[in-house]
Amino acid sequence: MPKIVYDGSMDPRTFKDVIGGTIISLLEGDPDVIYVDADLMSTIGTYKYHQEHPDRAINVGVSEANMMGVAGGLAAAGFKPIAHTFGPFASRRSYDQVFLSAGYAHNDITVIGTDPGVCAAFNGGTHMPFEDVALYRAIPTATIFDITDTVMLESVLRQAVNLPGVKYIRVGRKNAAKVYDEGSQFTPGKAIKLREGKDITLVACGIMVHEALQAADTLAREGIEAEVLDMFTIKPLDEAALIASARKTGAVLAAENHNKIGGLYAAVCEALSRELPTPAGFVAVNDEYGEVGPQDYLQERYGLTAANIAAKARELLKKK
Amino acid sequence: MTAEIRQLEIFAARIRIGSLEAIKARGFGHVGGSLSIADTLAVLYGAVMRYDARNPHWPERDKMVCSKGHAGPAVYATLGLKGFFPYEDIKTLNQPGTNFPSHCDRLKTPGVDMTTGSLGQGTSLAAGMALGDKLKGRDSRMYLIVGDGELNEGQPWEAFMFMSAQKLDNLTVFVDWNKKQLDGYLTDISDPHDFKKKFEAFGFHTQQVDGNSVRAVYEAVQAADKVKGRPRAIVLDTIKGAGVKEVEDTFSNHSMTVGPEVFDRWINSLKEKLAALEEEVAHA
Repeated sequence: MPKIVYDGSMDPRTFKDVIGGTIISLLEGDPDVIYVDADLMSTIGTYKYHQEHPDRAINVGVSEANMMGVAGGLAAAGFKPIAHTFGPFASRRSYDQVFLSAGYAHNDITVIGTDPGVCAAFNGGTHMPFEDVALYRAIPTATIFDITDTVMLESVLRQAVNLPGVKYIRVGRKNAAKVYDEGSQFTPGKAIKLREGKDITLVACGIMVHEALQAADTLAREGIEAEVLDMFTIKPLDEAALIASARKTGAVLAAENHNKIGGLYAAVCEALSRELPTPAGFVAVNDEYGEVGPQDYLQERYGLTAANIAAKARELLKKK
Repeated sequence: MTAEIRQLEIFAARIRIGSLEAIKARGFGHVGGSLSIADTLAVLYGAVMRYDARNPHWPERDKMVCSKGHAGPAVYATLGLKGFFPYEDIKTLNQPGTNFPSHCDRLKTPGVDMTTGSLGQGTSLAAGMALGDKLKGRDSRMYLIVGDGELNEGQPWEAFMFMSAQKLDNLTVFVDWNKKQLDGYLTDISDPHDFKKKFEAFGFHTQQVDGNSVRAVYEAVQAADKVKGRPRAIVLDTIKGAGVKEVEDTFSNHSMTVGPEVFDRWINSLKEKLAALEEEVAHA
């Protein structure tokens, strides 16, 4: 079980350092691991390694569709490919290639899409994927992770390369709040209960886990006991954990750095409506495109904040 | 040498017959592009490639990716004739639960090295496979077949740049330049201009040959396989529907729906050619 050390403070390590460091460590530890990138090596700190090992870390150039196909071909040749680019290019730009050249053809690859949602910040709307999870969820048997902190990232990436099928990891590059103790191990598909509660379930992923934990503090001061689940694996969804919590609290609020359509909220509602119809709500992008700005501004702009989670929770409780 | 060429011509005729027999079972399918590529498949599987039909996943084999995946019937006929599976199985083309779908599927058909069908995607896959073979220390060769209409897509040109940048001299691209895509002539829809100059500009060793002559294709592959340090391209000057006059003369011959008597007429015309070739060999 992951050990929780959350106190609201930021992780001194950046995701960027851990993405690059873990990829290099995997390459050095397993000759079958191979890494391809679409000219964004410098953004995750792998360019120097590429210069020293151009046959292990391959820059395919600015050609994401080609990169996914090349990764699929490398898988067919016996490798365990990791492909990286920014989230929008790892999903909508190269979707048919991931779907067919990797998924349908059973060429197992791990895709890292960096700067999900508002994490794209100053790259703006063109680079801001609010739909990548929706797209990957529609790929049969794909596994999707939205990463909470660097400890989780390292554990998940190390396991992902050896999992079958298409694996998609969405993760920022800056630093996020520290939630888990060093060395914590995570089981794909197994949600983590970060806080016990009986009044409402807050199910969150990625950068919204920190916001959900803060919202739970706020709600606690008002006498509302919120349970918080880190649903870092969006697919396959940990339905057992979700249903057990919903049965206890009777209300579920999903929080995600993504469009309300097709992502965590949708997955949660699909499971609840089938297994245990429960009042549910969302804190997510309300069917809008992205825009440019600092991440904190964008979180306010799209309502991806602890304050909004607390407000939506209060509303939802009225429906119980 | 002439005797070998005759054998390849016989193989090509049998591939054409098999393609039509497979398509006939359903009454419709990709006739034109299956017939245009038959000679190249005959050369590859008849005289060039290293493979073991009883062990289709042998890692050291040479590989063929038919990125114009709709030429499945021609690929299936080729593999069936070479014993990857019972030849008669190809007549289950597109039947429910078949292992012979319209478009090539590596998970279903023994001997199919890669799944294709969404045009353009086979190029990057072939590049990754060829690179992977090199990195694994295998001396396998990769033969990639693309359609001319397929090259309307953008992805192949990304892949071609990558092949060149990676100096994939274990890879040869064949362009089935049969001049027509689904809706009509390439020159009327999206004129490719000069494929040969394009591949040369992309850094490929490039040849352009009569793609419906097994001798020309065979000699081009022999020359290509000697090239070191860069990928090779062979632009195949072909006729869509090659080998069956009636199909060649039909404007819209990409996917055709005709009655069994028409298929039989086409198949019989090919069988006559086959008999003449066999007669020639018998008396040589």
